Amino acid sequence: MEKENKIKGLRIHVMQFSEVREMGIAERVRKILSLVLGNKIVIFHGRLRAEEEARLIEDTMAMVDHVPNFKGIELAVIEPDMRRESIFMKMRQGIAKRLVGDNSALTIIGPASIIKEIKKDPRKIELLLS
Amino acid sequence: MFRRKENIKIGFYGPPNSGKTTITNVICKDWTGEELGVASKIPHETRNVQFKERVEIKHKGKTLIFKIVDTPGIATKIDYEDFLRYGLKKNEAKRRAKEATQGIIDSIKWLDDMDAVVVVLDSSENPYSQVNITIIGNLVARKIPVLIVANKIDLKKANVKRLEAAFPEYDIVGISAKDCVNMDEFYESLFKLARKI
Repeated sequence: MEKENKIKGLRIHVMQFSEVREMGIAERVRKILSLVLGNKIVIFHGRLRAEEEARLIEDTMAMVDHVPNFKGIELAVIEPDMRRESIFMKMRQGIAKRLVGDNSALTIIGPASIIKEIKKDPRKIELLLS
Repeated sequence: MFRRKENIKIGFYGPPNSGKTTITNVICKDWTGEELGVASKIPHETRNVQFKERVEIKHKGKTLIFKIVDTPGIATKIDYEDFLRYGLKKNEAKRRAKEATQGIIDSIKWLDDMDAVVVVLDSSENPYSQVNITIIGNLVARKIPVLIVANKIDLKKANVKRLEAAFPEYDIVGISAKDCVNMDEFYESLFKLARKI
């Protein structure tokens, strides 16, 4: 299931992790980047694996080099238990959860030109828009 | 001699401007007599992976021989206009941005070749950035031993405790590479890191 909302010109694409679960790394990253290149902020339940995040950054950099006016992405993962756990514990739990298809986390990915910054600390997350 | 494995490669990773090249320069200057690269205040000064093949460090009667790999800073965005603020001309800024994107790709590709990694973070910055988490997450996934350096402790905003709270399971050593503060503790931690290989 996916839906798009328009908030004062801001385009948000919400998708279920199940949409990309069966995809390989390359295809999954390509789908996310195609949405981001369409100036959408992508929000999905679940999270990418560490190597997928690295691949996303690699492919993003290749796009920055080739797509005019594309300056990259902002990426953040919100954990439901962010207040209590250290980054390491979240990563460790994250690795275990990924193996069983965890979708309790929320991933936000958007064009850097739209999202100025995603500020994240244990108490809050802020999406600063340009 | 302390050396469990031949041809150890220790990578220096982190976001741009955290001081990776400054630290590797101090190490190379201390132990080989010559610096590795150029460090500057402009982000993405290092845009190619740089090496020093054989660095031999002696500390408390032990010797560590390794290859230093200084990598370009990893970021999720590159905007040439950011470089204009540092006085670069438009063409120069665009060229730097183009080279920086390739540098980031190279940094990530080199991850698989590392035996251990020193993650260099600016102790005055928020440690909870996704780039930091992505770098360390990839090292965990690859089972590569990690040492975190909280650099720039000379800055007023430096907060090593905040980094320790964010990464409590890792060895963290606070240093100022620029002022060569706490380098002894750093070398001690580097030997501990090498023992994990």
